[in-house]
Amino acid sequence: MRDYLVLRVITKLLTPFILLFALYVQFHGDFGPGGGFQAGVIFAAGFILYALTFGVDAAQRILPVGILRAGVASGVLIYAGVGVAGLLLGGNYLDYSVLQHDPVHGQHLGITLIEFGVGTTVASVMITIFYTFASSRG
Amino acid sequence: MAATVVAIVRLRDLFAAVMLGGIYSLLAATMFVVLDAVDVAFTEAAVGAGISTVLFLGTLALTSRLEKAPGDSRAIPLFVVTVTGAALIYGSLDMSDYGDPTAPIHKHVAPKYLAESEQKTGVPNVVTSVLASYRGYDTLGEVTVIFTAGIGVILLLGSWRRRGDGADEANAGGDER
Repeated sequence: MRDYLVLRVITKLLTPFILLFALYVQFHGDFGPGGGFQAGVIFAAGFILYALTFGVDAAQRILPVGILRAGVASGVLIYAGVGVAGLLLGGNYLDYSVLQHDPVHGQHLGITLIEFGVGTTVASVMITIFYTFASSRG
Repeated sequence: MAATVVAIVRLRDLFAAVMLGGIYSLLAATMFVVLDAVDVAFTEAAVGAGISTVLFLGTLALTSRLEKAPGDSRAIPLFVVTVTGAALIYGSLDMSDYGDPTAPIHKHVAPKYLAESEQKTGVPNVVTSVLASYRGYDTLGEVTVIFTAGIGVILLLGSWRRRGDGADEANAGGDER
């Protein structure tokens, strides 16, 4: 699809805003609608739009497969790690209240961290699946 | 929505069916907005209308665009569908009316969550606090499911082999656990 000027220009215009909106949904998800899962999916959708227009090779130069595989695993590790951190600080597994002195702040920090983990894994998995489908022609 | 479903069932052209599936998801997303479930609407619009449509198209590019003609016997599928549908409808008869405040689901833990979640977690969005804090284990399980799905697709569609001796690395990684 490299020859369609309109598609290329519109994609270039839209992609940064989609990615920015994904980050907004990610980190504003505790105040407005949204959260890690939605943010990860929107991020992946923006990136897949770019890959559809400019080709998977161009997309893989920006976000290589190795980074994505690290992201797939590290999201789950962040989530589980927050749980273990709660254990080490004397609470139950996935109890965020002990993360900071004030339980409410601890809850907020824990929720933000695990949402980030969710977002990382979801975005990485979605883009990885797309890469795998798109590059296994034949 | 019903019209798109009927069209999807009737169509032989899978490309058009995929597009109609995207439209169906978008309509479902607007329905979720009407029902005040904005978080779900987000997910439905992005996953159902966006990513899964792209993945279906990728699958079509790998396989064929036209559906194969069905086999001879249509009686058994019709029987299975009828029995399953009848069971589902029978099950839905016991459900409480939509928006009924005395329904059991509104009596159990939901009032507690709604009343205290903002003081306890400092997060105004109750959906986020329930998902991430009260139901943290469930969400961890969901993330693990997504993780497993990603790993499964990578292993099945075989982009490991693209990196030279990827099979050996996979074995080494398995041993470390």
